Amino acid sequence: MAKNFSIKHQPGFSAIAATCFIVLYLPIIVLVIYAFNAASSTSEWGGFSLKWFQSAWQNTQVVDATLRSFQIGSIAAVLSTIFATMAALATTRTASYPGLTFKYAAINQPLMVPEIVTGVALLIFFSRIKIFTGYSGIGYLVAAHTAFCIPFAYLPIRARLENMDLTLERAAADLYATPWKTFRRITLPLLWPGILAGLMLAFVISLDDVVITEFVKSGGQDTLPTYMLGQIRRGITPEINAISTAFLLLSVAIVTLFFFVSRKRD
Amino acid sequence: MATAEEVAKAAERRDVRDRWLLSAPALLVIFLAATGPLLIVLVYSFLTPGSYGDVKWQFSPEAWIAVFLERDIFDDTLSIAAAHVTIFLRSIKLSVVTTIATLVLGFPTAYFMATRSEKTRDLWLFLITIPFWTNLLIRTFAVLQIIRNEGIINTMLLKLGIISAPIQILYTDTAILIGMAYVYLPLMVLPIYASMEKLDFRLVEAGYDLYATRFQVLRRIIFPMVKPGVIAGSILVFIPALGAYVTPSVLGGGKNMMLSNLIELQFGQGRNWPLGSALSIAVMIIVMVALLAYVRNAGKSGVRHG
Repeated sequence: MAKNFSIKHQPGFSAIAATCFIVLYLPIIVLVIYAFNAASSTSEWGGFSLKWFQSAWQNTQVVDATLRSFQIGSIAAVLSTIFATMAALATTRTASYPGLTFKYAAINQPLMVPEIVTGVALLIFFSRIKIFTGYSGIGYLVAAHTAFCIPFAYLPIRARLENMDLTLERAAADLYATPWKTFRRITLPLLWPGILAGLMLAFVISLDDVVITEFVKSGGQDTLPTYMLGQIRRGITPEINAISTAFLLLSVAIVTLFFFVSRKRD
Repeated sequence: MATAEEVAKAAERRDVRDRWLLSAPALLVIFLAATGPLLIVLVYSFLTPGSYGDVKWQFSPEAWIAVFLERDIFDDTLSIAAAHVTIFLRSIKLSVVTTIATLVLGFPTAYFMATRSEKTRDLWLFLITIPFWTNLLIRTFAVLQIIRNEGIINTMLLKLGIISAPIQILYTDTAILIGMAYVYLPLMVLPIYASMEKLDFRLVEAGYDLYATRFQVLRRIIFPMVKPGVIAGSILVFIPALGAYVTPSVLGGGKNMMLSNLIELQFGQGRNWPLGSALSIAVMIIVMVALLAYVRNAGKSGVRHG
């Protein structure tokens, strides 16, 4: 056998991995480069320019959709994180009790169903409610987003809780702290990184959603992704590249933050 | 006087009740805006379509018949609905091929990541996580710009003189396949990596000591140990691929429909909500079957390699 026999080596695996990483990033890099293209077509390079960012910035539809995305995203992220935190507290650090398995299944249910099916279901359900109540505001989108963000927010919070033992909380109770005080002074500070991670995850998930939003939204309620989908279907201009680039930058920033928050061990 | 046992029992009951109250908001929101409406879809699939969309509250099995069969307008005979069957088969075929393609590419990638030193591993993980969390529409759009006739691939091949006219990739099944494999690749890599990371390489070493070849080690030692990750990854890719909406709408054009586009059509121009509902339930059934297969397999593999 060869002298430097590496037990971890598998022929061709590194080459495939390298290809994968290049292929994953190449299209995104090309997309970003063409956002700075001065030419108005996306096939030829006409020099460096920021004009497409400017034109996106001045496009009221884009600004409108962006603000709506942020509005829905932040409300849905906060609500789903609060609900997920409560649910995580209720489903961890306990002996099995009646209904625990049901709760796991129910919380993770939105992950098991293809988005198109949920989208259709909500279209039917909300159109009934719209007729019944006459309300056709943004509330439907917020409700839908909150629901499908819960399982994502739940994941890191639950993971964090499972790594926390009950010793400190028991000690606090022994020292006559009320349950609320124990929660606020002991559990919450320890759980905070998990909650933060859940919040960011939920926000990104809400911001990225196309399918469910596309089915639930009423006229004039485009979010940034559904607006972009409409534009891409109609034909493309470098303006979409510019919007995508800004969007990417935001996502990468949040993911980076998430990565550090969730990796941090105390 | 209550005995100690009774007190303990009461405390336990109170604890369970508190835990139900605490999880109530999450369960309620999910029931109202995710799970519950699915039941309405089931009901709608057995109703009669209304003239302007929506439904008439009149029982009818027509929608379910129409999933696979076509009724002749003149003599009421049933024949196979070729268009629907084609779309079903195409969706299943594309999802299966996507799953296989991501597995073939993702397995070595996960292995590569897991065999790096502990410090650089985090960096690779980060690099695979970024595309995973960036918007799927943007990533699909990025693929569109690469593969279209004026895109970088065709331009390069033309300039190099390999081809004389651009290859039409966009708006074909191949385009959908490339797009889906591209967007779902991280979903395959991450779970495989998670099981690969825990791989005990002493077993691999033992295999080599017993004169196993590289391929034998891969097939008989590494693969069985990371099988749960492979199955999880396959499920994570297959389910969204089957219900994929964005990728076929952007890369497939209007003609190369997948199930989700067919469903959307029933709620739009088709104005046949019951048929759209029945098709949605059909997608759910396929997903359930895949999930059940997963659960059974996951249960088994733990015992077999214990």
